Amino acid sequence: MATTKQIIHGVFGDEVPMMEACKKLRSAGIRVKEVYTPFPVHGLDSLIGVPRTRLAICAFIYGLTGLCLATLMMWYMMVSDWPNDIGGKPNWAYYFAVPAFIPISFESTVFCAAHGMALTYLLRCWLIPGTKAKNPDSRTTDDKFLIYLELNDEQSKKADAILKDNKAEEVNYKGTIHIEAKY
Amino acid sequence: MHAESEIREPLILGDKTYRQITDDIIAPIEGKASRGWYILTTISGLTFLWLIGCLSYTIGVGIGAWGSNNGADWAWDITNFVWWIGIGHAGTLISAVLLLFRQKWRMGINRSAEAMTIFAVICAAIFVMLHTGRPWLDYMLFPLPNQFGSLWPNFNSPLLWDVFAVSTYFTVSLVFWYLGLIPDFAMVRDRVVKPLQKKIYGLLSFGWGGSARHWSRFEEVSLVLAGLSTPLVFSVHSIVSMDFATSIVPGWHTTIFPPYFVSGAVFSGFAMVLSLMLVVRKIYKLEAYLTVKHIEYMNIVIIVTGSIVGVAYLTELFMAWYSGVEWEQYAFLNRATGPLAWSYWAMMTCNVVSPQLFWFKKIRTSILATFLLSIVVNIGMWFERFVIIVPTLLRTYLPSTWNTYTPSFIDIGIFIGTIGMFGFFFLLFSRYFPVIAQAELKTILKISGESQKKANADKHQKHVGAH
Repeated sequence: MATTKQIIHGVFGDEVPMMEACKKLRSAGIRVKEVYTPFPVHGLDSLIGVPRTRLAICAFIYGLTGLCLATLMMWYMMVSDWPNDIGGKPNWAYYFAVPAFIPISFESTVFCAAHGMALTYLLRCWLIPGTKAKNPDSRTTDDKFLIYLELNDEQSKKADAILKDNKAEEVNYKGTIHIEAKY
Repeated sequence: MHAESEIREPLILGDKTYRQITDDIIAPIEGKASRGWYILTTISGLTFLWLIGCLSYTIGVGIGAWGSNNGADWAWDITNFVWWIGIGHAGTLISAVLLLFRQKWRMGINRSAEAMTIFAVICAAIFVMLHTGRPWLDYMLFPLPNQFGSLWPNFNSPLLWDVFAVSTYFTVSLVFWYLGLIPDFAMVRDRVVKPLQKKIYGLLSFGWGGSARHWSRFEEVSLVLAGLSTPLVFSVHSIVSMDFATSIVPGWHTTIFPPYFVSGAVFSGFAMVLSLMLVVRKIYKLEAYLTVKHIEYMNIVIIVTGSIVGVAYLTELFMAWYSGVEWEQYAFLNRATGPLAWSYWAMMTCNVVSPQLFWFKKIRTSILATFLLSIVVNIGMWFERFVIIVPTLLRTYLPSTWNTYTPSFIDIGIFIGTIGMFGFFFLLFSRYFPVIAQAELKTILKISGESQKKANADKHQKHVGAH
């Protein structure tokens, strides 16, 4: 059975009542689908149930990859493929000259961690040049805070009251969406 | 919400709202540029053209066009390289180290400081790419498979570490800067009305929407990138210093070089940020966001790093004497009393004496004095690199190789030209990019805004009175 849901934009002029409204909506059992804000609002993630991002773990893994790649490269070029003896400092084994390899190992770790993380971030948020602006209301990059809800009729009424009680400047109904049941 | 002591001075002056911050930051982009902007852009643009001319001439006839000779085989090229790369360090320091220390005053200046970093590293790159003599063979710096009997670059050499350090530093700074710009470009995209502008800023903003999920990832990325950039920035100038310190040239062969170079870099970088910031706040009327308090904080960093540099100079002298190595002793005697002694004393005056003036509150909160001293510091830091390189190389072990040095017209042209290019890029940036990280600035409005602080204080007073 297909369900029909209302799209509601609750627009606020300040983050404090907006957070209060989020809290009330959640305790009324209403899912806050998304919140659009002009700047990062601290404490909002846990309030609307956004899980902690795992990007830092990615960065760690990319960093390790960079370290391994640099080690492999320097071992291959300086030790395995063409061992050099420069200034009486031979490279017959990797550990002979390991202090000299530390700076590049470090730079490569940082290089891979930073760029890998940045790329993952852009892809995960789908921040691609040429894509459409993702904020539903263009004032949210300026000074407005927008709570985005997709609700059925019964919940819509409850949410409308909560939003208005918490100093929402506007409650905009932006049409409906149909969600087809999967099976 | 987290509150701040009333005693702390506000970082955003006047009665600002979120909307007003947007309006103030977008004003240079939406409005017409002032006459001053056109004049400065024309001058720097012409100087940039001069740079291109001098570069073309150098590439055409080879680096014999420079004043470098058999004694001073490194001269203005490497002096300028180290000077520019040092200047770049302040941007990363402000955006990364101050972020890790949760210093709110970084938010007014980090965007333009990071832009400065990127343009300064581009200027530095010109010198390293040219000083190899045949810049079209510069790909040989990278460990690429090649036709020379699989002869690889020497990974034991700090010069190769430098290739890796500078390229990592440049690309990571660029990414860090751009990721921070995305939300601000989105603000511009949503505000401008001209269709072409909307299209361009739409492309630049990558479709940013500012949802809670995106912001949480944004903050995580900023924090981790700051954590990665902090050791990176220290490593870059340490490695630059090892280009000298691992040699056997008297006067270069010292272990103090890495910390001494890093603090010198921060010192000159902050001075350059100040010179630029004082112009930007004037042209674009951003006095409410780049306050005298910001200037004072930066001047304090200049006193600290300038004093470290001063101590390093004295330590070098002491160690030269105490080591008992006559080569080392002569290197320093030659710097202070030899034919180029004037540059040594210019360095000492500009770097050791002049920053000490900032101990006086009147001087460190005076805009004119700060502007003049910031330029003095940059001149001093240029002379520091000159003193380290040229007088030292002119008097090495073998007296028959001793030489004199004069820069050529082309040397001077390339140096002045890079300043023109730097200014040209910076002026374009300040006109078309959001010069202040407005999204971040909005997060501290309620904590550090002047009127908001006053309102909080009044509330607190009433609360105390009720008891």
